[in-house]
Amino acid sequence: MNIADIKKTIIKEILNIAPEIEEAEIVDDENIQHSLEIDSFDFLKILIALNEKLGVEVPEADYTKVDTLNKMVDYFSKRL
Amino acid sequence: MSEFIMPSLGADMESAVLMEWKIKEGDKVKKGDIIAEVETSKGVIEIEIFEDGIVEKLLVEPETECKVGTPLAIIHSVSERINISPAAKKRAKELGVDLEKLASQTKGTINLSQVEATDEKTETKAPTTDGMRQAIARAMSKSNTEIPHYYLSTSINMTAALKWLEELNSQRPIGERILPAALLIHAIVLALKKVPQLNGFWQNDTQEIISEINPGIAIALRKGGLITPAILNTQEMNLNETMHSLDDLITRTRTGKLKGGEMTQQTITITNLGDLGIESVFGVIYPPQVAIVGIGNIMDVPWAENDMLCARKVVKVTLAGDHRATDGRIGAQFLDKLDKILQKPEELL
Repeated sequence: MNIADIKKTIIKEILNIAPEIEEAEIVDDENIQHSLEIDSFDFLKILIALNEKLGVEVPEADYTKVDTLNKMVDYFSKRL
Repeated sequence: MSEFIMPSLGADMESAVLMEWKIKEGDKVKKGDIIAEVETSKGVIEIEIFEDGIVEKLLVEPETECKVGTPLAIIHSVSERINISPAAKKRAKELGVDLEKLASQTKGTINLSQVEATDEKTETKAPTTDGMRQAIARAMSKSNTEIPHYYLSTSINMTAALKWLEELNSQRPIGERILPAALLIHAIVLALKKVPQLNGFWQNDTQEIISEINPGIAIALRKGGLITPAILNTQEMNLNETMHSLDDLITRTRTGKLKGGEMTQQTITITNLGDLGIESVFGVIYPPQVAIVGIGNIMDVPWAENDMLCARKVVKVTLAGDHRATDGRIGAQFLDKLDKILQKPEELL
């Protein structure tokens, strides 16, 4: 899976959990929880979904490493 | 024989659209069965039946708008004994309904909707375009007009609790992790068990303490507005069950699959604006409840401990109480218990 595919997968799962969000609202370098009003429950759900899709489990201690779209892409691409 | 009528799903509901029947004529139903889905200003809600019986006749076609109190179906009662749900009993007391008289009309079974239907005040008005906003407006105006609020706030050191939670979560698969929000709700429930005066209602100039702890959880909807469905019977839950129930409730709130009981049986409200970065929330009580607990953001702050200044994870928890039902002393006891409970997280599991 290349970086573009990983990014596409992440965006798809965010939109799955929060269907009211428009794809254009997901900005690469903005904190997704704050900019998209995703609460801690939905954030966890996104990580659970990504674990199912990509097989990478993000430990709690690494949550700050996955708080923007770009950081997520980076984090998952290094571990696939 | 009794009529099943459109129930009131919250004090401000005037009508709803019957979307789908989950039963057909001749079906056997028992108390608690989901028999229909209705669309209200708060989304699609599953409605339960409050009696055992057999469906004699369905009176309303799907996709019909019905005012509260409209007969929807005729149910042939199986049992003859007087049967009344706790919610109906509570509402009957509130409205001053003569239960014996009503029981004779309904062949011994009384549900909430029948109690509501006897109330002349439940007249209907034209539906508004933004029903939820109007419902919130009415409830909050009533609250601020009638309830003399008092407010208390305390800072709780969450360092030990979060460290314990991190340790616990590191041993669990991602799908079973507990969020701090669930830990706080569970701790609030435990504190309410010790200070039960805040869990219940104020009606007819009297305080009613309720043994079931059904916290209404304020859940914001992304398309706007908020609703506060209850997690029912949290007094019987451990931390894992509280997390699971909260997760389930939030998911169903967003997908519009709440049960009627969850919309009507709240005994206290909990609002958590921590995820939005808010430090402290001073809430408005949802009548006839007597308290609302506000949770802020868990922040890294300078904290003095043993004559030393250090950095700690701290949350501001607030309480708005109805001064007719309780005094600041009770509120202070509650916040103090909550603090103490959170300092011994190992006892929370």
